[in-house]
Amino acid sequence: MDTNLILPVIIISAFSIWIFYHRQKKLAVILGISTSEQIKKTLTSQRFWLLILGFALTIGFWYAAVYWLPFKAFHRLPGPDEVVIEWLSRDPYYGISIYTKEYYVHIIYSFYRATTAFLLATVLGVPFGLLMGWSRRFYEYSFPLVEMIRPIPPLAWVPLSILMLPGVEPAVIFVTFLVAFFVTALNTLLGVQSIDQAYFRAARCLGASSKEILYDVVIPGSLPYIFTGLQIAMGAAWFSLVAGEMIAAQYGLGYLIWQGYSLVKYPTIIIGMVTLGFIGYGSSVAIRYVGKKLMAWREQELGGGAGVTHGE
Amino acid sequence: MTNTEKKGCIEAVNLCKLFPQAGRKPLEVLKDCSLTVEPGKLNVLIGTSGCGKSTLANILAGYDCPSSGEIMMDGKPLNGPGSDRLMVFQETALWPWMTVMENVIFGPTVRGEMSKKEAREEATRILELVGLQDFRDKYPAQLSGGMQRRAELARALINNPKVMIMDEPFRGLDDLTRELMQEYYLKIFEESHCTTLFITTELEEAIFLADRILIMTFLPGQIKKVIDVDLPRPRDYRVLTSKRYLEIKGETLECLLEEGRKCFGDECNIANSMVDEFRRQANDVCDR
Repeated sequence: MDTNLILPVIIISAFSIWIFYHRQKKLAVILGISTSEQIKKTLTSQRFWLLILGFALTIGFWYAAVYWLPFKAFHRLPGPDEVVIEWLSRDPYYGISIYTKEYYVHIIYSFYRATTAFLLATVLGVPFGLLMGWSRRFYEYSFPLVEMIRPIPPLAWVPLSILMLPGVEPAVIFVTFLVAFFVTALNTLLGVQSIDQAYFRAARCLGASSKEILYDVVIPGSLPYIFTGLQIAMGAAWFSLVAGEMIAAQYGLGYLIWQGYSLVKYPTIIIGMVTLGFIGYGSSVAIRYVGKKLMAWREQELGGGAGVTHGE
Repeated sequence: MTNTEKKGCIEAVNLCKLFPQAGRKPLEVLKDCSLTVEPGKLNVLIGTSGCGKSTLANILAGYDCPSSGEIMMDGKPLNGPGSDRLMVFQETALWPWMTVMENVIFGPTVRGEMSKKEAREEATRILELVGLQDFRDKYPAQLSGGMQRRAELARALINNPKVMIMDEPFRGLDDLTRELMQEYYLKIFEESHCTTLFITTELEEAIFLADRILIMTFLPGQIKKVIDVDLPRPRDYRVLTSKRYLEIKGETLECLLEEGRKCFGDECNIANSMVDEFRRQANDVCDR
């Protein structure tokens, strides 16, 4: 492992330690798994079986399309059996499986790039959105500009960013960041705009200064939208990251997939894709979890006011 | 509370308010509207819906500017909102991300009048007064509609305002809750005698609560008549069957029905017969 990988390793270790500090039950909640006493309940619930059925039908169709059905388009693809055998093989035919170091190097590179871009987008995008919603003047300056720049697809930025930034690594991160930034900023703006005017009126009337209104009304009031924005931003970040990696990178899951295509290593393509699916799901769950922690008031609101036990 | 010293008398003279309408001449919501909110009294403003009561309340609270006219409080002209005139809104405006306690202590702490600890003590006292002592750490969404209104009342009361402006605060509550709220509210008022302008469309609520009833005309809004309610305090539901109550009710109803007829329009026969029916009932009440 070269020196470039030190930071990603630190991030992943910190994340793992954070998870294991939580009690097992909480870990189960984070990952959406049930603990032992809940397993029986889960196994008998309709939801669980529908989930299984959904997966089974999809994989079944894939298998049938590749081996049995007369769909020409599918006949060049590897079947699910082939992919799973390759993925779990100690000695993979095409070079990538859960036992090879290279697999994790690709994951760590992609994870590091997506996380860096996402954190940058959060740190810059949320304040930018708050400012847009907070100051009429800033909104007038910036909103038309943002609306002009936002529709430019991330891939169109690749040449320019490679020209301007020192090296491929910052360029890929920049392209990823850009997409996540706009999503975060615009959702934050929407969050501020969604706050009921009555909340501002009440705060102003009770004598709150602008600063207090910002901390006690604007920020908590827009949190639900901010977190929705962050989830979408995470998805968008992975989306443009993979596109960027296909064009301009040396490592990463996008690169792995593209390389699999060029070198006719078809099972590797699917392994890369499924891995992306898992990581994307995991990052969504992590953001939702943080959001729930920060918005206890909303949790109770959505819970249908279960706290009311006394009548009027 | 030391409400004998603080006055909180609002006088409004010749208020006009025009709302521009696209392609038509502006809508005159208020025209030469003059009124006095007498200090230490519960002034109730009543009128048919859409007659400009909320507009008037917003102007008095400083959220809206009149097109012309003057507003004075204790002899000084008023401009802009202030914590000496607090408004309780039709819809609840409790911040959903704060607990009841945090909502209530917000005012005095942001103005730096009390430390967090003092504010908490004061809030505890006031929450007890409105019967929410067990709910102070709940979020607004966990409370019922009536409790939310009481929490909002507490959030206003802790600021010890000179004037409270309440814009149909019990609207949308079911009948029983509404009656309980009225009793709670009367208890609080009779203890504090804080100058209040209470806006409602409900006749019985108006008479039950008021020291003075200000009846508003339909557009353009003016004060048509002021009726002093000399029912004894402290009041309870028994007042609703007294002779004096029925006399006041008859007088007020007569006045309101005239405006009601205007608002339905003279051409509408069904509405006219309905108004006649109301009038007949009102006379029955007076005859009893």
